[in-house]
Amino acid sequence: MARIAGVDLPREKRVEVALTYIFGIGPTSAKKIVVEAKVNPDTRTKDLTDAEVAAIREVIDKSYKVEGDLRRERTLAVKRLMDIGCYRGLRHRRGMPVRGQRTKTNARTRKGPKRTVAGKKKATK
Amino acid sequence: MPRSIKKGPYVADRLVKRVEQMNESGDKKILKTWFRSSMIIPDFIGHTLAVHNGKKFIPVYITENMVGHKLGEFAATRTFKGHGGNEKKTGR
Repeated sequence: MARIAGVDLPREKRVEVALTYIFGIGPTSAKKIVVEAKVNPDTRTKDLTDAEVAAIREVIDKSYKVEGDLRRERTLAVKRLMDIGCYRGLRHRRGMPVRGQRTKTNARTRKGPKRTVAGKKKATK
Repeated sequence: MPRSIKKGPYVADRLVKRVEQMNESGDKKILKTWFRSSMIIPDFIGHTLAVHNGKKFIPVYITENMVGHKLGEFAATRTFKGHGGNEKKTGR
């Protein structure tokens, strides 16, 4: 079983794909890692030799920020914005979109499920 | 899209001059400014700048973390206090 960066990789998938199960590694960086570790991208995770696993692990440790570290970095960046009281920080505090998107409609990802307002008139056609 | 690196950061020269003067003479006055688009540079740290928000000047105390942001980011131009429910309105 291959455990890299504290995550169990799915056994039946190709390494290239399996690596993307790690937070912080997407398809592009997975490809680069496989090349740098000199592993055939088509081998299944369960067929990896210990040496290959070690090589992959080394590449990731050396040049990628993954999982906990990456999450921490992200929350710190957001916290910094909130602490200095800038516009982006205020938006984070309110749970509103940060990058100037419209909020009259949409923006449901940030605002969460709709809260219906009582007594609001429906638009007349 | 970010600003071209070649150009360097946009800092209002007049503002820099005035801040430098204050740094030399060592006094700390609140500078009123309309330069919302000016980048905050390390020289500004420790000063309080009053940044115009279109109506008033909002005092902004510059700390180290703010370097690289623009002055306008710290003086909100909109005052949205939430939609008033009926209870809130009668409460006033």
